Amino acid sequence: MRSMFTNPVLIKELKLRFRAFKSFSGIMFYLLALSIFVFGFIFVSMEFNLSGFINSQESVLLFSLLTFVQLALTLFITPGMTAGSISSEREKQTLNILLTTAQSSFQIIFGKMSSSIVFLLLLLIAGLPIYSLVFLFGGVSPTQLLVIFAFLILTMLAIGSIGVMFSTILRKTILSMIVTYGSMLFLTGVTAFFFLISMRMNVSSTTGVTSPSIFAYFWGTINPIALMMTLISPEMLEEFYEVTKIHFPIWAGYLIFYSIVTVVCLFIAIKRLRVNMKKAR
Amino acid sequence: MIEIKGLTKKYGSFYALQGLDLSIGEGTVFGFVGANGAGKSTTFSILSTLLQPTAGDAWIDGKSVTKHAEEIRKLIGYMPDFFGVYDQLKADEYLDFFGSSYGIPAAERKKLIPQLLELVNLTHKRYEYVDVLSRGMKQRLCLARTLIHDPKVLILDEPASGLDPRARIEMRDILKQLKSMGKTILISSHILPELAEMCDEIGVIDNGKLIAHGSVSTIQTQLQGEKVLTVKLQDDLEKAISFFEENPFITGIETGEHQLSFRYRGSDEEQMELLKKAVLANIPILSFAEEEKDLEDVFMAITKGVDEA
Repeated sequence: MRSMFTNPVLIKELKLRFRAFKSFSGIMFYLLALSIFVFGFIFVSMEFNLSGFINSQESVLLFSLLTFVQLALTLFITPGMTAGSISSEREKQTLNILLTTAQSSFQIIFGKMSSSIVFLLLLLIAGLPIYSLVFLFGGVSPTQLLVIFAFLILTMLAIGSIGVMFSTILRKTILSMIVTYGSMLFLTGVTAFFFLISMRMNVSSTTGVTSPSIFAYFWGTINPIALMMTLISPEMLEEFYEVTKIHFPIWAGYLIFYSIVTVVCLFIAIKRLRVNMKKAR
Repeated sequence: MIEIKGLTKKYGSFYALQGLDLSIGEGTVFGFVGANGAGKSTTFSILSTLLQPTAGDAWIDGKSVTKHAEEIRKLIGYMPDFFGVYDQLKADEYLDFFGSSYGIPAAERKKLIPQLLELVNLTHKRYEYVDVLSRGMKQRLCLARTLIHDPKVLILDEPASGLDPRARIEMRDILKQLKSMGKTILISSHILPELAEMCDEIGVIDNGKLIAHGSVSTIQTQLQGEKVLTVKLQDDLEKAISFFEENPFITGIETGEHQLSFRYRGSDEEQMELLKKAVLANIPILSFAEEEKDLEDVFMAITKGVDEA
């Protein structure tokens, strides 16, 4: 744990990041967007029901919408923060110097990855007071909020490690960005499409869903939007189990899949950062 | 200190380096001379564990660069030909980052950084952001960085490239200081006379092959088979040209105002005979002299010879 805080790359990256004006403007615009959304929602709700108050169902709706806004921001900001971590060093001609130091490849990748994650965590934490407004109106438990945050962090780690991996493998930042955003779109959009197709294929027009569909379950369980929907609404979860006929917890499937993605991507990044001098020639 | 055996790097069918063999003793300042793309940076990249050789191996302080890359990194200080700096770091923070990258404790770094900045004459820039430093200052800061972990070997890829004459002289003085500290230094440069002044040994590399290796004087003697003679005349240039053209040892006559120069392959006795005949033929000679050859001439002659072969 101590080595994490003494990681030279992490310290240097944090120093550089917090000296850059764009970091502060980024946080400001993020909070501004979140605030406009929340206060706009509250204002519109009160105007529509003409009662001058928000009931708990509307509070749950606000919570759900905020969760999706947070998820969308996480999905869009994380590739931008991580997909240039190594390739930008290469483009700025600082990588070779870094690679000839005594730091291990693990230290360098870990430092790069953690500095991006720390900044993203700061974004999430900075947004917490706005997020917590939903508690004023009831209908949402703190545990639910914590679970959602835990899965947002897991998603961030997975997308972040995909970004770091592509940044290590591909020489150009722009290419790495495109491929990382492509991967993110695959995990959110294409998996949802595959889920719907697999689900449709498993439904008979006469008997409905009778057999378990591994494919529908798989595509559904790795989709961040599907997971968030099931975490927010228990009815959605029941519906998901109903159409897939597999009762293995969706959050567990998500946790396993994205943990593997994180570990594999970081492993590849660590292995590919330096040339393997021992490799058979 | 450095042993290189059969070092080869191949990209497809192109050889960036072909069977390089070299031995460099401890405390030696070795100058690597070669045109762009000759294989200098490839050699340095392999020695710095940044590039895997296709064949062969190199040893630094008895450790193989292919088998003990992690240990090699602690032994060397590498300065690439092109490098960037972190814009938002100050000079002392830049050195501190690299110090911590080599695992040097914070207290030790605190003492080391002012010493290194003093060595490279950057004490007054200690709290300046690195991106506002001039190119020469950045080069010197990068040199200070290579020294932070007190490496036995310095690998400096064209450290003086792109510098103005003053910055070059400053860089040369620092390198002389490092030489006096007993460091083994590998340095490449296009400024050949500068290399001659500081280097104990020189290696000339061309098309991935080491074509000459030894002390500066040894390499210069390799050219002794051909010399350039310059003859200054009072007048009658045409007569002189037709006289010298007849000599079988003379090629490549170039003329100037009241003078001509040519390449001469004959022995010293034949040269004496040539002068005697020219005087007897009433050629109005004011002076008859051999041109001093600097390292650049040597390099041009050697590489030309290789290309022609």
